[in-house]
Amino acid sequence: MSKVPVTYKRTDMQSDQEVKWCPGCGDYTILASVQNFMAEMGISKEKIVFVSGIGCAARFPYYMNTYGVHSIHGRAPAVATGVSVSNPDLSVWVVSGDGDSLSIGGNHLIHALRKNVNIKILMFNNQIYGLTKGQYSPTSEEGKKTKSSPFGSVEMPLNPMSLALGAEASFVARTIDMDRDLTAGILEEAKNHKGSAFVEIYQNCNVFNDKAFEQLTNKETKVANRINLVHGEKTVFGEDGHKAVVIRNGIAQIVDTKDVDESEIYVHNIHEENPSIAFSLSRLSHGPYGPTPLGVFRKVQRDTYTEEVHGQIDMAKEQKGEGELDKLIRSLGTWDVS
Amino acid sequence: MEIENKTVETIPAITIRFAGDSGDGMQLVGTRFTDTSALFGNDLATLPAFPAEIRAPQGTIAGVSSFQVQIADFDILTPGDNPDVLVAMNPAALKAHLHDLAPNGMLILNEDAFEEKNITKAGYKVDPRESGELDGYRVFQVPMEKLTKEALEEFDLPGRAVLRSKNMIALGLISWTFNRPLEDTENWINDKFSKLPDIAKANIKALKTGYNFGITVEAFHHTYVVEKASLPPGEYTNINGNIGLSWGLIAAAKKADLDLFYGSYPITPASDILHELSKHKNFNVITFQAEDEIAAAAASVGASFTGKLAVTGTSGPGLALKSETISLALSAELPLVIVNVQRGGPSTGLPTKPEQSDLMFALYGRHGESPLPVVAAKSPSHAFYAAYEASRLALKYMTPVILLSDNYVATGSEPWNLPDIEELNKLDTNIITKLNTEDGFLPFLRNIDTFARPWALPGTPGLEYRVGGLEKEEGTGNVSYDAANHQYMTDMRAWKISNIANDIDKLEIHGDESADTLVLGWGSTYGGITQAVNRLNEKGVKVASAHFVHLNPFPDNTLEVISKFKQVIIPELNTGQLLKLVREAFLVDARGINKVSGETFTAQELTDKIEEIINE
Repeated sequence: MSKVPVTYKRTDMQSDQEVKWCPGCGDYTILASVQNFMAEMGISKEKIVFVSGIGCAARFPYYMNTYGVHSIHGRAPAVATGVSVSNPDLSVWVVSGDGDSLSIGGNHLIHALRKNVNIKILMFNNQIYGLTKGQYSPTSEEGKKTKSSPFGSVEMPLNPMSLALGAEASFVARTIDMDRDLTAGILEEAKNHKGSAFVEIYQNCNVFNDKAFEQLTNKETKVANRINLVHGEKTVFGEDGHKAVVIRNGIAQIVDTKDVDESEIYVHNIHEENPSIAFSLSRLSHGPYGPTPLGVFRKVQRDTYTEEVHGQIDMAKEQKGEGELDKLIRSLGTWDVS
Repeated sequence: MEIENKTVETIPAITIRFAGDSGDGMQLVGTRFTDTSALFGNDLATLPAFPAEIRAPQGTIAGVSSFQVQIADFDILTPGDNPDVLVAMNPAALKAHLHDLAPNGMLILNEDAFEEKNITKAGYKVDPRESGELDGYRVFQVPMEKLTKEALEEFDLPGRAVLRSKNMIALGLISWTFNRPLEDTENWINDKFSKLPDIAKANIKALKTGYNFGITVEAFHHTYVVEKASLPPGEYTNINGNIGLSWGLIAAAKKADLDLFYGSYPITPASDILHELSKHKNFNVITFQAEDEIAAAAASVGASFTGKLAVTGTSGPGLALKSETISLALSAELPLVIVNVQRGGPSTGLPTKPEQSDLMFALYGRHGESPLPVVAAKSPSHAFYAAYEASRLALKYMTPVILLSDNYVATGSEPWNLPDIEELNKLDTNIITKLNTEDGFLPFLRNIDTFARPWALPGTPGLEYRVGGLEKEEGTGNVSYDAANHQYMTDMRAWKISNIANDIDKLEIHGDESADTLVLGWGSTYGGITQAVNRLNEKGVKVASAHFVHLNPFPDNTLEVISKFKQVIIPELNTGQLLKLVREAFLVDARGINKVSGETFTAQELTDKIEEIINE
């Protein structure tokens, strides 16, 4: 990755294309956050590639003045894998949605995370299919009434944090569109992470699923419901920190702070090798309802696919020398006819 | 060693088929005999055939694996029609293959396997050796298992390991009968089992035991020799289609100054391309074993966007899964080679058998108006050049190209007169590093000759651009829903491909140009068709042939060639796909010779059928 400090204005990161999301869409806020962050992240824009699949969020690359591929539904992690492994010098970002990543593209998501490909996946979760005008998605709550589920969805939704942790992801985080500071901090952490980063961004779809995240954004309720995960800090939340997270028998639980000894309160450690506690934290809520953790769940170092692949190529060249076609076509033995 | 009464008969060609249980090592025996013959200087062609199951129940017909090789002292094009020699390691192998053995053919049986249990398992009611059905063949019964056990007594090996060497008895005996030295195979065994010297010694002992059995037993004192072939001068190697294709891709990348990216999901019979390319990382080859067929194609599109010679390989069912991604590459106008090693279909079909039934799918198996070039390999050594050609077209025209091979080309082998690497043409790309207009970069401003768009690679400052599957505006590449633009871009993508007709080899006529009848073919039937036409010409029957390497677009002289003949016959391993294309494109009342039995045409079968049609 380029270490040359490059700074841009936010407008340098904007393409000349008109942004066409619905007015009031959470995507605008995320786009602004990302453009602000990218302007200052210190990487030249020719080395940045945005890859997306299909859906509202997937239009994102068209609005970034970087290299970009708007690919096909669900396949962005696979396309991005090809980009990353082909040129390890690039900063590769995937923008996806809950339908794109968790439904049609579930297979590619889990394998990119497992392989620890050096790509950063931003999954905008609005818990609905927006571009197709409002069907329930794999993160819609049970009972959700939509055009395709007039009697309510009968499906158990996925928990994206649990899924990513189960897929051996080395970096897992969650933020919310309205909280630009939290988003900026997580983007910075993701950028600095070696390997794949999975970032879920709760994103309001004001047309088909308005106020889905209200419990986490409304002034009245957000303090009670946002569990901010901060590395090295005690996990307390709520008004005056009257609630806390403790780990009992390996399982995260919410307690009244006054009821427990201070030493029992969980001190968040994103570098914990064992993903069990991070997983347990992800189970504190099954969607943005009630107390819900936000922040970095996990950030651990392991070898990246991108580096390992190139390591093997370098090793092969060291051992056998640069390949020569003349030798290759004779490698199975030859005979002469005169 | 001088053998009394040994007679050596020189013959121009011989076809030998080894058949046994899939665990009997018949592929190995066939390959060893082939390699020894190749080093000796024969021309040859091979046809391996194996079941889709790794180990089907022992002793059953379903579990029979075979390997056929024809060696000759002249230029041959096929692995032979009916074998002159059949080695059957058990009753099931006999039952599965006897019907192909030529009259008066030599039949070598492993007599130890002819126990009642095995005879019944093979589906015989009576021992075939006693029923009279072997009359008309020269039968040699060899106690291969007994010989193996006795020979390997001195080694402290478990019984199963001992019997595993019985294929070496067969190889030794055939080596004696056809006057082939053992040295090459001994070296191979020593090399292969360098870490297991006892196993190496045991196998060599079995090999020599088989050879010595021939010396000792008078029945084998009439032996044969096939002299060196008078092939064109050059340096040769014996190559199969999957390896030839892999090397062609490596060569193309090198000659285009690009690195090769190969994305694939394991599938028979294409997996060997993935295996082969994985070995050659020192050519900067990246192999990506994907989580599925779609990811294999999608990652290849990502690699192409980033500036690799990107290739994704598969077989029929996998091509179906890649279809949507190929359309993306086509719409984004990115170079991509898609290899389809065809097998019997539909669905899982016949995974280890050849068929040419994906031609229409290659041409039309995508949504929308989505033409792309289709190139087909016609023989194992030609697979090298076909891969090179497919890569050339993809890079020059910024388009996905489908490269068709099939199980017959992929697993069969033949001698390949090695090319001079220096003389392979350099491959041009459309890589751009500077702005292409004064006002900025236009990612869809086309080359005026090829209509190809420029290829800007991430990492190049100033050329940042976005591309995707939505319709693009000509020039800017911006998303466009404009009616006239979509019409224009659809037409442009079609022109770009049809224009390639002027940039490919012309269709050549083989055989009697003054004939009234033309036999048109494509792909792996090349050997059979050409040999059939040669045989007919030798007999005085007037007929010519022409063979397509490019199936889309057809070479620009195709109509001219076809117009020279009154009758066109199209043999294919499908129900008439090229036939439909030719009838539609050239309005000619062509006739098909079609077969979908999981087997290729024999040269004789084609000879007879073509003659029959001519004589109608």
